[in-house]
This record gives sequence, structure tokens and C-alpha cells, in this order.
Amino acid sequence: MTHVLEARNLVRDYHIPGSLFRKARTVHALKGVSFTVDEGKTLAIVGESGCGKSTLGRIITLIDPATAGELLIEGRKVDIASDGLTTEMRRKVQIVFQNPYGSLNPRQKIGDILAEPLVINTKVPAGERRERAMTMLKKVGLEEKHYNRYPHMFSGGQRQRIAIARALMLNPKLLVLDEPVSALDLSVQAQVLNLLADLQDEFKLTYVFISHDLSVVRYIADDVMVMYYGEAVEYGSRDEVFSNPQHSYTKTLFAATPRADVASIKARLARKNAA
Amino acid sequence: MALLEIENLVVEFQTATGPFRAVDGVSLSVHEGEVLAIVGESGSGKSVSMLAAMGLLPWTAKVTADRLAFNGRDLLKMPSAERRKIVGKDIAMIFQEPIASLNPCFTVGFQIEEVLRIHMGLDRAARRRRAIELFEAVGIPDPAERLGHFPHQMSGGQCQRVMIAIALACNPKLLIADEPTTALDVTIQKQILDLLMKLQQEYRMGLIMITHNMGVVAETADRVVVQYKGRKIEEADVLSLFESPKSNYTRALLAALPENATGDRLPTISELFNEQQALEGAAQ
Repeated sequence: MTHVLEARNLVRDYHIPGSLFRKARTVHALKGVSFTVDEGKTLAIVGESGCGKSTLGRIITLIDPATAGELLIEGRKVDIASDGLTTEMRRKVQIVFQNPYGSLNPRQKIGDILAEPLVINTKVPAGERRERAMTMLKKVGLEEKHYNRYPHMFSGGQRQRIAIARALMLNPKLLVLDEPVSALDLSVQAQVLNLLADLQDEFKLTYVFISHDLSVVRYIADDVMVMYYGEAVEYGSRDEVFSNPQHSYTKTLFAATPRADVASIKARLARKNAA
Repeated sequence: MALLEIENLVVEFQTATGPFRAVDGVSLSVHEGEVLAIVGESGSGKSVSMLAAMGLLPWTAKVTADRLAFNGRDLLKMPSAERRKIVGKDIAMIFQEPIASLNPCFTVGFQIEEVLRIHMGLDRAARRRRAIELFEAVGIPDPAERLGHFPHQMSGGQCQRVMIAIALACNPKLLIADEPTTALDVTIQKQILDLLMKLQQEYRMGLIMITHNMGVVAETADRVVVQYKGRKIEEADVLSLFESPKSNYTRALLAALPENATGDRLPTISELFNEQQALEGAAQ
């Protein structure tokens, strides 16, 4: 079986041009990352800011070309630097961004936001576009009456639903989720995570889930990749990584995650009383 | 005697559609050397109630309370000049966005020395000595050099350390931390929380942690207040809150944590608790 997504040794360098006072330099954002994701599965990419996880997300979404290495989507090699991007490829991969307040155009109605991917990438007539947008709106838990409203009339959780709906308008195989719940409240976060799980079951979607929240990752992921300074320091199934972390950075990351269970509170209070 | 006593605090904002009640009858108190966490989702009024206590709300806000006292002195009745001597000196606050809450036009050294000049009246040399001392206390490497840096030259974690140093400059009795680690990575969050807890113990400060992160509550608090839509839903010490939460809302919040998930779907708050019931429970 071919993998929905396969990366072989992806490298991305950013060249920062020099100026009068500063020498030109090269930032190695990705230093050779390889992984595979199968249909209907979720790969979580974990790491702190600046570790290259969003750069990787941009390469997978075909926004940025890789400097070296190969990216295969459904077994076909994709190289947007030399071949450009076809609408057919664009339909296969979509992305949901972190901040739902910044990623929706405030001057566009929700209906237009949802129909825009179809306008750009397909020749679907206006009537059908409207119909499909309505269906998708209901699928993500919103109502028909929301069709003609503007983004500012929605809460953060609702906006993230709209962003997810827009990403699904082209029936993609692969969805890149760049910190989709980190800007949301706990209760809303649970709703959006449930929605993502429902949609994954229904459409057999493949997720690449970028996050720094280990408790969310542990809940949603099948495979986990931990990144540190542009390198994948740990890659394996969720249970492997969480039960037996190998790299020292992964261990630090686990130790730093606050724990909300009764046993660790008791341990902390005991330490405090002893001190 | 409690350090900060708040009884029946109400904050209303005048809006075009009539008054909006952001905080509705909240009572709480913090003692010396105690860590109180205020938990709630956005819109629960947790930040607004603390801003009201600090007197930092804009004039559109109407603040009333049966009692709002710091160290036994009524904050609402005292003249504003008097209040300004307390706020920033005896009560200090740390905000959520470290980079946004520092002034980008001045060096961090200038900003910390400004506090020392206004509240402590120290001369130039003493100010500089104290600033270096404070930077050392919050773990900024090479403090003398760093005083000359601007906020944009420092990382988010370092800026938050500078904010903490500024808050600690006048040895406050009460420190209010409003989501101090929300904008930071987990590893940096751990460092900042450890630092706050260490300093709180050292100086025997009262500390109020405003947060929506249950993990942060579990790692820091002695006592917890849970707020929802401007009302206090529950108050308990940290262990009994996590072990046997009384209100449905707290139970729902804990169940919605991904680490407590049992099935392949998370329980959502609306399934688990009835808003009307919870608010009535809070009113009693």
C-alpha cells in the first residue's frame, strides 16, 4: 500500500541576504526529516517554537518548496519548485491555521469564504458552490443562518470550525493542522477535537497535527515525531514515544508538562511541606 | 488577617446596549505566603476582577464592592494618589504577553529603574545595583550587560523574566500573575513557574495565579477559585478540588482535559453541566 504522505530527508534552508552592517547567512530550518503517514491516521509533530515544525507544515501544504529531499503525496513525487503547483495537487492538501481571528478575511461573508476554494480550483457553477458550502457548514456544527454572516460575529471556536470547513471544501486527502486548538478555551478545545475525530472517521482523512501541547497529542495522535532545532529527534508510535522516550529532549519535554492528576498534586504538597 | 480581601465585587461596563456585568458578586481573600489560583474560561471575569482590585480598569467600568481591602486598608475609599503608592509597590502584577507589555522604545534597564525611582526614591547608583541584583534573582545571565538591551533583543521567556523582576522590584506583599506562561513553550513555562514558586517562598508573598490551564493550577496553587460568567462557582483547596470537585462545572472542566479522556471522544462541557443550574448554585 502506498502512503498518503511520505517525506524523504526533507531539508529547508532560508537565505537571509546581507546588508551594509550584516553578513548574509543561512538558517537551516529543517535538517533532513523523513516520515510516512497512512490513510486515516494522525501524525503529531511536537516541538518548541523555532524547531521547524511550522516550516515542515508549509512544505507539506505545498506553500514552500523544500531545498532538498523528496515529498511524495499518494506515492507521487511533488516538487513545486521546478514543476509548479497544479489545482489537482492543491485539492489534495489543505491547512488549518492556529489563530482563527487572523485566518479569516473580515470583509468576506462566511458563505463566500467557504466557496472561495471552489472558485479558485474548480469550475463548479455558483448554485452548486452555494449548496456545497451549506452542506459543509452543517457538517462542522454550524447552521444555515450563519451563511451570510461575517467572521467578527463568531466566537473563537466557531471561527475554527469555519476554518476547518473551508479546508474541507475541496475534499482533500490530507489536512495539515497547525496548532488548531491552542488559541481555544478548554471546553471549546474538546468540541473542536471531537469534530476533527468525527470528520476523520467520515472522510477517512489523514492528519498532520502540529502542536506543542503533549496532552492533546497523546489524545489525538497515532504516530508522534518530536523535533528539536530542525531535526527529528524522536519518531515512533504514540505508545512507544510516550512510554519509552529515548532522546534527552523528549524527556525534558515530558518532565516540563504540568500534570493535573491527584497523585502529582499530593507529591508536590508533600515536597512543599517538607521544605 | 488576609492580605487582600474582596467581598461581593461587582464590575459593570457601560455599553451601547446597556450595562454589561463582567464580574457579578465575587468574594475572595488571599493570605500572606499563600498561592491562590483563579481558574476560568475567557469571559469568566477572572482578569477583570483582579484589574478592578488594582484600580487599572478604564473609567467606563463601574466598580462596587462591600469590601475591597489590602492589608486592612480600604482601597475604594482612599484617594487615588494614595492608592497609586500601593499599586505597583505593594501589589504588583505580571501580564500575559511579556513582549507586548514591555515598552519597545526603552531599554529593559530603564524600565526596571523607573519603578525603583518612582516608588523607592533610590539614587542612580543604588538603582543600578538593585536592578542587577533583581536580574540575577530571576536568572537572567550577564545582568549588567542585559540592562542595556531593548525588549526586541530578548526572547519571550527572557522578557517574562524581566517582567517578573520589575514586579518584584519593590518587594511586593502581593503578586498577581495574569496568565504568566500562556504565551510560552512548555519547557520555558516550567522554568518560569519554578522561578515564581521559588520567589514566592523566599519572599513569603501572597500570589494570585490567574489561568485557564488546569495543569498550571495543579502545579502551583494552595487554594483554587473557579469562576464562570463573572460568578464564583467553587472555592476549595487544590487537592479536594481535583479529588472531589463539588460543582458540575468544575467536574466538566476536569473531564474535558485530554489527559483524562477515556473513550475516543472527549466529553464536552455542555453535555456535562447545565448552565442555569450552575449559576443558581453560585448565587446561593
